[in-house]
Amino acid sequence: MTYEPVIGMEIHVELKTKSKMFCGCPAKHFAKEPNTQTCPVCLGLPGALPVPNKKSIEWTIKLGLALGCEIPLFSKFDRKNYFYPDLPKGYQISQYDQPFCVNGSLSGVRIRRVHLEEDTGKLQHTTLDGKRVTLVDFNRSGVPLVEIVTEPDIRSPEQAKEFLKKLYQIIRYLDISDADMEKGSMRLEPNISVRPTGTKALPNYKVEVKNINSFNFVKKAIEFEVDRHIKLLESGETPVQETRGWNEGKGVTVSQRRKEEADDYRYFPEPDIPPARWDSSQIIGIKLQIPELPDQKAARFKKEYQLNDYDTALLTDTKQLADYFEECVKINKIPAKKLVNWIINKKVDIDDVLPATLVKSIIAATAVVAIPDEDLEKTVQTVIAENPKAVEDYKKGKQQAMMFLFGAVLKQLKGAGDKNLIRELLEVKIKS
Amino acid sequence: MNLLTLTIKEARRALQSKEFSAVELVRAYIDRIQTHDSKLGAFLTVDESGALSQAKRADAQIAKGITKKLLGIPVACKDLYSTRAVRTTAGAKIIDTYKPPYNATVVDRYLEAGAILMGKTNEDAWGHGSSGENSDYFPTRNPYDTTHVPGGSSSGSAVAVAAGFSLVGTGTDTGSSIRLPASFCNIVGMKPTYGRVPRYGVISMASSFDTIGHMTRTVYDNALVYEVTAGADPRDATTPQVPVPMYTESLGKSLKGLRAGIPKEYFRSNGIDKGVREVTMTAIGKLESLGMRVEEISLPHTEYAMACYYVLVPSEISSNLSRYDGVRFGATRDTFGAEAKRRIMLGTHALSAGYYDAFYHKAAKVRTLIKQDFEKALEKVDVILAPVSPTPPFKLGEKVNDPLAMYLSDIFVCPVNIAGVPALSVPCGFAGILPIGLQIIGKQFGEQLLYQVASAYENETEWYKKPAIL
Repeated sequence: MTYEPVIGMEIHVELKTKSKMFCGCPAKHFAKEPNTQTCPVCLGLPGALPVPNKKSIEWTIKLGLALGCEIPLFSKFDRKNYFYPDLPKGYQISQYDQPFCVNGSLSGVRIRRVHLEEDTGKLQHTTLDGKRVTLVDFNRSGVPLVEIVTEPDIRSPEQAKEFLKKLYQIIRYLDISDADMEKGSMRLEPNISVRPTGTKALPNYKVEVKNINSFNFVKKAIEFEVDRHIKLLESGETPVQETRGWNEGKGVTVSQRRKEEADDYRYFPEPDIPPARWDSSQIIGIKLQIPELPDQKAARFKKEYQLNDYDTALLTDTKQLADYFEECVKINKIPAKKLVNWIINKKVDIDDVLPATLVKSIIAATAVVAIPDEDLEKTVQTVIAENPKAVEDYKKGKQQAMMFLFGAVLKQLKGAGDKNLIRELLEVKIKS
Repeated sequence: MNLLTLTIKEARRALQSKEFSAVELVRAYIDRIQTHDSKLGAFLTVDESGALSQAKRADAQIAKGITKKLLGIPVACKDLYSTRAVRTTAGAKIIDTYKPPYNATVVDRYLEAGAILMGKTNEDAWGHGSSGENSDYFPTRNPYDTTHVPGGSSSGSAVAVAAGFSLVGTGTDTGSSIRLPASFCNIVGMKPTYGRVPRYGVISMASSFDTIGHMTRTVYDNALVYEVTAGADPRDATTPQVPVPMYTESLGKSLKGLRAGIPKEYFRSNGIDKGVREVTMTAIGKLESLGMRVEEISLPHTEYAMACYYVLVPSEISSNLSRYDGVRFGATRDTFGAEAKRRIMLGTHALSAGYYDAFYHKAAKVRTLIKQDFEKALEKVDVILAPVSPTPPFKLGEKVNDPLAMYLSDIFVCPVNIAGVPALSVPCGFAGILPIGLQIIGKQFGEQLLYQVASAYENETEWYKKPAIL
């Protein structure tokens, strides 16, 4: 029997707003001294209340719109109640049944929802005065975190990787997150099961692999899981519904937690935050802030600048590079194709070289200074006359001799003159 | 100065005219607390040195001719109010040693208006209770008869005002907790419109019901304090931008032509005590004689109010109390008192998968109906009049082992919190030596009218002039 994978994704993305989700503390927490960016709100002190960060809500909706989602005109926050030492209130403010964005799609994968929640603190397991202890750092507590949930529409590890790369690209285009997987600001969780090819029903189990931090690891983890599930199914077993983790060193997933029963988070509407009610003009306003997205941009570049697929993909990889290219084009002195070659092949540092400077240096490097033909011919004649040895050597077939003569002409002309014409003239004159 | 009868109005005048200084006033209160509070149990923490240094500052300001609404006026804060570096227990031993690093917004507002923080008052732990007996420390006693309860949960603050330990007692009212102790202690208690006074820094009981109010001896004093505490706060997303009127300006206006509604469901209830009924009817008669038109109204979903309340409120409580896990501060969870545990269990159950629809969700729908009851009624009439409590203050121990009987003492006050509208309790007589309060309920943000009605009634009756004798 052959099998096909059934894969859904959950992706968490930390937004790069200046302040946290519900208080004024800075949201940038990576590599900061522990517990230096906290206040009564993000420490969950008695009496402290959350006030939502408007920007984080707008950005969530922006992402939802970029993923083709509907934006319900009513939405609310809910409390997700559970105990964990990194969760100071004993509940996470999240969204349950009425998220900001629903029913989108990306690269043929349906997006079920995009919602906003707060990140938790971070546990550090360490040894202090000879004792093994767990410390809590609350700098990350309350950082805005967007969760994107897809339908189980992905059918291969490669498709999962491509989907995630596209999502990453869009998030970067929107400039709402660093989406830096090594720093944990983008976390990937595939839900994986397999079914006999040709069947349509969802399998009666799924395995979640938690907190993976690279697209390649997602691909590998899915490949590993799919093989494992097929083997189990072939031997007549159903894989256990559970949460697993990816061990990159060994290239395997390992069981972390069995999920025999669904968790009961006792969700209920967050009473400290009034629900959001939008009118459609507000949503249109947010929509207008969305820049041209990668796929549209690529299509336009191909048409407008007559570029091939390869160049287009490279140029539109980031919005910064695409914008840089277009600024160079606007200066309107160099053909697009030539610009692409320089920008891509010479690996121009777009943060360092201004577009105008780049265009100038391309012109300088490729410019042809016109020399009257008589002068050119005269110089070639002179060089041949002055270097009889080299001429002889060339006639005997020594290619370096031509290079020497060519160099000598250039030297006399101080770099001016059409290089091809010089080479041609040299050959003609020597042969005659 | 007679601290048992002193009002804010009189104290301000005396401070201005240098009849006494703020330091003298504070010392007199501290002496009185030290002499009498062992019998009453109003305070959990008295901040003597803090109060005296604030009093000195107030005197310096008075000397410079600075005037502020509450300059030099002592205030006793319910222990749910976060006070920077001053122990804040919520009446619960689980955070016995907790000292907040910040002030509640409303505490800052008192301090900016020149008030002096005397200390923190006893209460039913976390605000869970109607008698003051659920304090994890010791019960508070009624100054009119110490064998009776003072009403809760803001028990200590009410007693602090009634017993002459402070001029203002702050409270919170989630179901009854300001109006009930105010009525049991012969003082004026304001339960604000939900969101009118910021909750930031006041320890949450049930976030969508909690209101932040205060108790004083007179209606004028109450209105004056409200001018200080009311208004939107950027730290509390549930406080709308509604302008704050000068509440004291509505006092003394005539009641002619105003309409009052009497909910038939309340007065037909069998549980209402004969003495309470008589006193309340007399008070309503007095208001009629002052020009109010009184008519019967209906609040048809009244019978579901307590059930609705005791599903929704414990649900929010179970979530709000989950931060007291002993990980970062405080003791471990086995330190929770019996009532807190009961409500955590109730709420956790009501929110559980498989029960949510039958309990929480259903109760949320009932909440909407009760809200509509009040909205509809208040389209016809300007205010609703009702007793605060179906009985006079009961004896200590009388209901403590019967939680349901205890819950039912809130039957006329809880629905107001479900609706989110404001209500005022004003003294309206006695059953023997025990005080009784009249409840005046109004439209959202309609507190001004409540003060107008209460002050007209108070001018005629002056029940507040009958102090507790210690």
